[in-house]
Amino acid sequence: MAELNDKNFSFTKENLKIAEFEIKKYPEGRGGSAIISLLWIAQKQNEGWLSPEVIDYIAKYLGTPQIRVMEIATFYSMFNLKPVGKYHFQMCGTTPCMLSGSNELKKILQNEIGEQNTVSNDQLFSWVEVECLGACCNAPVVQINDDYYEDLESTDLINILKDLRNNKTPKIGSYKKRVSSEPVDNNVQTQTDKEIEDIVKRRNKPGLSV
Amino acid sequence: MSKKILINGNEFEFEDNLTLIQALEFADIEVPRFCYHDKLSIAGNCRMCLVEVKGAPKPVASCHFSLSDLRPGPNGELPEVYTNTDSVHHARKGAMEFLLVNHPLDCPICDQGGECDLQDQALHYGINKSRYKENKRAVDNKNIGPLIKTTMTRCIHCTRCVRFTSEVAGTGELGAIHRGENMEITTYLEKGMSSELQGNVIDLCPVGALTSKPYEFQARPWELTKTESIDVMDALGSNIRIDSKGSEVMRIMPRFNEDINEEWISDKTRFIWDGLKSQRIDEPYIRKDGKLVKATWDEALNKVVELVKKTKPSKIGAIAGDMTTAEEMYLMKLLFDKLGTDLYDCRQDGSYITNEFGRASYIFNPSISGIEEADALVIIGSNPRIESPVLNARIRKRWLTGNLRIFNIGQENDLTYEYIHLGKSPKQINLKNMDIYNCKNIIWLIGDDIFTRDDSNDLLSHIVESAKKTNSIRDDWNGLAILHKSASRVAGLDLGFLPEDSKKNAKYIANSKNVDLLFLMDADEIDADNKYKVYIGSHGDKGATSADVILPGACYTEKNGFFMNTEGRLQQINRAVFPPGAAKDNWKIIIELSKRLKKSLNFVSFDDVRKDLQKKFPIFEDVDVIQAADHSQLSKIEIKNPKLNDVEFENSIKDFYLTNPIARASKIMAECSMQKNNNGNING
Repeated sequence: MAELNDKNFSFTKENLKIAEFEIKKYPEGRGGSAIISLLWIAQKQNEGWLSPEVIDYIAKYLGTPQIRVMEIATFYSMFNLKPVGKYHFQMCGTTPCMLSGSNELKKILQNEIGEQNTVSNDQLFSWVEVECLGACCNAPVVQINDDYYEDLESTDLINILKDLRNNKTPKIGSYKKRVSSEPVDNNVQTQTDKEIEDIVKRRNKPGLSV
Repeated sequence: MSKKILINGNEFEFEDNLTLIQALEFADIEVPRFCYHDKLSIAGNCRMCLVEVKGAPKPVASCHFSLSDLRPGPNGELPEVYTNTDSVHHARKGAMEFLLVNHPLDCPICDQGGECDLQDQALHYGINKSRYKENKRAVDNKNIGPLIKTTMTRCIHCTRCVRFTSEVAGTGELGAIHRGENMEITTYLEKGMSSELQGNVIDLCPVGALTSKPYEFQARPWELTKTESIDVMDALGSNIRIDSKGSEVMRIMPRFNEDINEEWISDKTRFIWDGLKSQRIDEPYIRKDGKLVKATWDEALNKVVELVKKTKPSKIGAIAGDMTTAEEMYLMKLLFDKLGTDLYDCRQDGSYITNEFGRASYIFNPSISGIEEADALVIIGSNPRIESPVLNARIRKRWLTGNLRIFNIGQENDLTYEYIHLGKSPKQINLKNMDIYNCKNIIWLIGDDIFTRDDSNDLLSHIVESAKKTNSIRDDWNGLAILHKSASRVAGLDLGFLPEDSKKNAKYIANSKNVDLLFLMDADEIDADNKYKVYIGSHGDKGATSADVILPGACYTEKNGFFMNTEGRLQQINRAVFPPGAAKDNWKIIIELSKRLKKSLNFVSFDDVRKDLQKKFPIFEDVDVIQAADHSQLSKIEIKNPKLNDVEFENSIKDFYLTNPIARASKIMAECSMQKNNNGNING
């Protein structure tokens, strides 16, 4: 992967336009504020990671010292400073996901891909355990490149891996047929207004607590 | 607006644009701090300067709490601040405990020990045992060049060094990568630092994370004798403190002087000291059959007398180097006057700069602190970053505050600030290209390299004319600023240590067939091909190797004397250690020589010499003061229709680290130079 990268990185024409648009958001001479946006564009262009050449290029492009770009690239976990696979898995390991079985997913990833932060031999996969992805209702969650895969059972993840290997596009979103984060079980109902009123009444009676 | 506040129950009144820590400092109350530094921006991340503000729910960090944010009490009572309560002490103790969580307990083997902020403050706010059971953090050391040793496990992340490189030095080379507990201070991919001011991060570092590499394990601060002196590496005259142990100079540190160097010094100033110990001439030498042979003082001096007697007085010359004191030049001048010749020169670079147009024509008139009042700067034929890094930092400081127009005519270099480059030759000094007519305080910063040019008179005339047209030479502001490179130059010009005939400058003296005997006083930057040469100096460099007689002299750390810096401020150097071996103080050598030549200069002590100098040249009376220069004689410079040629301006300093014999003898400077030529790659 590393050899594939062009030694002299530069933005494509389309990305140059986006970069200029991002820089224009800030006052003149404050283009340095656009570092995060530019790194993000560059990472997408550079197959998912930031090589030293990319950091050099962005520092030169913005006219800031290289270390300023490096500081930001190392601060945020969304920037990868090592090559990643074509499909980069970010597995959430924070409490709700862990309780819903993310440890199982972790084992699968370890078996199928290998250690964290390494690229599989076929250059297709890499994975990393991350902190909360913010989709706790649909735990456990795995982010593959830009998309979320939710409510995953072990078999689901194995199927996803299989699909990706065979160049098929797996389904994005919930694997428990949810549209968003509504209850999985259709019989579960939220409390009606009357029930809530009863609860409040009961709570206000002295000596009783619910 | 001024504001009244109660500090620990006492009433004070301050301007409300101060921060709380500044106000407390004015009230003479010591506030512990690590990240706050009054010359750098405010970070507020060490939390050591916590104080109690009445009404605030938590202790506040006084370094970034503005006085204007203090609110009066409900009935209009004065705002109250406490620094000595139990809660303040408790809060600081807590901050200190966190700082010490990951700090190793290696003070006995740490070079900072004894002058460490963390050590000192732990004495007051530390607790005597650790409650931390987890593993301590360990960080890899970084190789950031030959000058700075890093022990990054000791770092407490105050980021002073990061702020220094990005704000003062202007190179922005240090940064903090990763975050939280994994944060590390480093250069990009561990490249070596390139700034000429990088040594200052050693002073700034409140712990032992960044220490001096050459000084590693050399001495403890309490063993050192401290001598206040002046730096002679460039003409700025930075105030320094020479720390010596026995007969050796162990290190050089900056001394605070707001008017000159603030609290910075350049790397050449700081790390030159190993050059003071190598390549030293500690015995007199005489050339016999083409070889230099050791001799006694008696033999050597008699040989010189013989040479002088053999030569017609009109064929004897003397050239003073860049680190010669005013007293030495004065004595040499007296001796030569008695011999009956005036072929002496203090301008070893072959410059044509003269003192005939008055003092205002050869000093840095706006003064160094005056840079901060300037609103336009025209740099002509100079690279201030190399010629005087600390002055360059002052320009950058002014530039950062905005509204400073900078134009550069000369070689295009990275000066750490932005400028408009108008061209490389004198013809580009054209007011039409500069938008400065509505500027009030314009500085015309002129490198002294322009005076080595053939058209230097026309050029100076053209610059003075331009300066007058823009009204930058007037009674309350003289914008003509000559930036000298040589520490002894201004004093030499003040003394008139130059021949009357302006054509017979150092170049003529060194290369003319009419000069048979040449005295070189620490002059190593000139190629002399006279018949006989006598070298009076400290280092075996260019001057000594080709000399016929060598008289070993003292370095600037081993003698007393006056230096006039580029702005015309008189300062004195003081002896820290004695010269090695048989080497003598230079003034004694000249006096001894005069006695043997039967042209005796009747001075018994150094004070006599100084008093006589002050009597003849009253400008040497007031130490640490700039004698304002009269600009009325500047009109004499002006030539009608000056002819400017097309030759590009050149900077004579090719290598910042190797500009004088001491620097060339220094191993550290050689390493720095190598790194610079290697584009910052430290390992080959």
